[in-house]
Amino acid sequence: MNATLAHKSGTGATPWKSGASADRVFHFITASAAWFVLILLGAIALSMAWGGRLAFKTFGWRFITSSEWDAVAGHFGALVPIYGTIVTSAIALIIAVPVSIGIALFLTDIAPRWSRGPIAIAIELLAAIPSIIYGMWGLFVFAPFMAAHVEPWLNDHLGNKTLIGPLFSGPSIGIGMLTAGIVLGIMVIPFIAAVSRDVFNAVPTALKESAVALGSTRWEILSRLTLPYTRSAIIGAVFLGLGRALGETMAVTFVLGNAHDLSASLLMPSNSIAAAIANEFTEADTDLYRSSLIALAFLLFVVTLIVLTIAKLLLLRMNRQFGRTH
Amino acid sequence: MKKLVIALPLAIVLAACGSNAGNETGNGAGSSGVQVTGAGSTFVYPVLSAWAAEYRNQSGTAINYQSIGSGAGVAQVKAGTVDFGATDQPLASDELAQGKLVQFPIVVGGIVAVVNIPGLSAGQLKLTGPVLADIYAGKVKSWNDPVLTRLNPGLKLPAAAVAVVHRSDGSGTSFNFTHYLSQVSPTWKSGPGEGKSVSWPVGVGGKGNEGVAGYVKQIPNSIGYVEYAYVIQNKMTYAQLQNAAGTFVSPSAQSFSAAAGSADWKNAKDFNLVMTNAPGANAYPITATTFILMPRQPSDKKRSDAAVAFFKYALEHGQDQANKLDYVPLPPALIQQIESYVAAEIK
Repeated sequence: MNATLAHKSGTGATPWKSGASADRVFHFITASAAWFVLILLGAIALSMAWGGRLAFKTFGWRFITSSEWDAVAGHFGALVPIYGTIVTSAIALIIAVPVSIGIALFLTDIAPRWSRGPIAIAIELLAAIPSIIYGMWGLFVFAPFMAAHVEPWLNDHLGNKTLIGPLFSGPSIGIGMLTAGIVLGIMVIPFIAAVSRDVFNAVPTALKESAVALGSTRWEILSRLTLPYTRSAIIGAVFLGLGRALGETMAVTFVLGNAHDLSASLLMPSNSIAAAIANEFTEADTDLYRSSLIALAFLLFVVTLIVLTIAKLLLLRMNRQFGRTH
Repeated sequence: MKKLVIALPLAIVLAACGSNAGNETGNGAGSSGVQVTGAGSTFVYPVLSAWAAEYRNQSGTAINYQSIGSGAGVAQVKAGTVDFGATDQPLASDELAQGKLVQFPIVVGGIVAVVNIPGLSAGQLKLTGPVLADIYAGKVKSWNDPVLTRLNPGLKLPAAAVAVVHRSDGSGTSFNFTHYLSQVSPTWKSGPGEGKSVSWPVGVGGKGNEGVAGYVKQIPNSIGYVEYAYVIQNKMTYAQLQNAAGTFVSPSAQSFSAAAGSADWKNAKDFNLVMTNAPGANAYPITATTFILMPRQPSDKKRSDAAVAFFKYALEHGQDQANKLDYVPLPPALIQQIESYVAAEIK
């Protein structure tokens, strides 16, 4: 149909021209799909900011810098949820990134060919487990294990060290930022691992064979060829996982402790933005309370945006360095 | 594919016809077939749905109750989107007048302090209200604190830190618990105060009763508060609490109904009464009530009448089901007071 349209209006009715007009339509469709996402994102951010305007107007910058969250007195500060969100996500990435890249490398280069399929399927199945299951496993199985074995050990061996001591001292109750971070890490491993595996598979075999022909060891192939070649895609995978970790709600609320306390110790309970909203929204009975929770949601947007921007800048700098050394 | 596209609207039309036909025959036979909708408190949901199932068999009236939380229930009934709301926190008379609502209690339950201290069995530990408040304020930090050992001579309490567990979500359970703490402890009242969610000085927060029960079972030397049904179902170690009359009472159906019976309902305008710290000699101190909210001048008289008939049935004949689900039915004098109030107020 587009072709006939092009013929009628066309200046020179050649098949090539009609193809160009079809291309234009295609360009328009894809562009509007892309713009739709952007507009949707902007609209969500805007409506969050609008919903949270009462909180921002009432508290100003104190909303971000204050750690007080008192629904009775009507004082709301988002510092604890922001801190808890960032710390648990950071722990999750510290655990998940090396493990995921290890899994992906093993699957693409090292594992015997017959075992690759089953392991890959197992990892993808792991990604399909609902987060509430992780939460319940965390509460009933993992938290008691942390309380009985891991946290007393951390207390005894790291709790009295000078610099990192405060991070690992405190009551070993099994529920807190460290447990939440580890559970989150386990949750994001399949995402990062699955993408990394696909990316590693995309490294041209010719390059790898050349490296082998030059006498490279496996480690040299990994560090000099595979990782540099796939760097930007790997960082993309990591941020996919980070996005999931930042916004995860159910699993976190089960094991984080949901307390609005600011504490240096990773063994202490804290709160996260998503968990606070899920916990408190149904019974938020004053306008200011509800507005503060929506403002929290807006801040989750902002935190995610800042983290992604830092990642992009990092990538840009790495690309520049890469360009200089080679 | 095409067949499916055609079949789908057809199915919807057929379904609509079917339900219409059902309604017409239902309406012909009197009040049966009426759909009543309600929303609110999660605390009352188990017993309300048990009553609704039984009542539907008897009268044909279907009660559709959404347990979306007390605050949301109040908002919905004010907006007129539901026929009744249910809340664990009673509204004051001026707020009722503003929203043109009536309010009456429907069922009573208890909130129980539960502990997980190795070697201790249910009912052994004795606590007073002020001590409980000090534990939740983080002032009593250890189980062998002098105030605890003085209350519990002969009981071997460990030299371990108290791990405090509270609710993380806003809830009527927390409201009743903190309301009690505010009544017995002036420092609690001026500090965290009372509310569905307060700024807890110490402890970890569990989501829902099941979350708190889970944490208390997981964490040794912990203390938490849950609804009575969770204590029974999970066989948790509860503590005895000293009531306003000075006796230590265990949570039980008897001590809850003693509280409901001794509370001063007669002088409570619009039943605006939270009966924590009730005066009776055997009254359990943290007893909670769920209140029903209904419009004073309902837009749909038929549905409002059906709802009133349902609550009348629940109050008069719902005792067995309430007891079975570990709730406590209201005392007969109170039921009479409610029925005359409802008859006078709903026009």
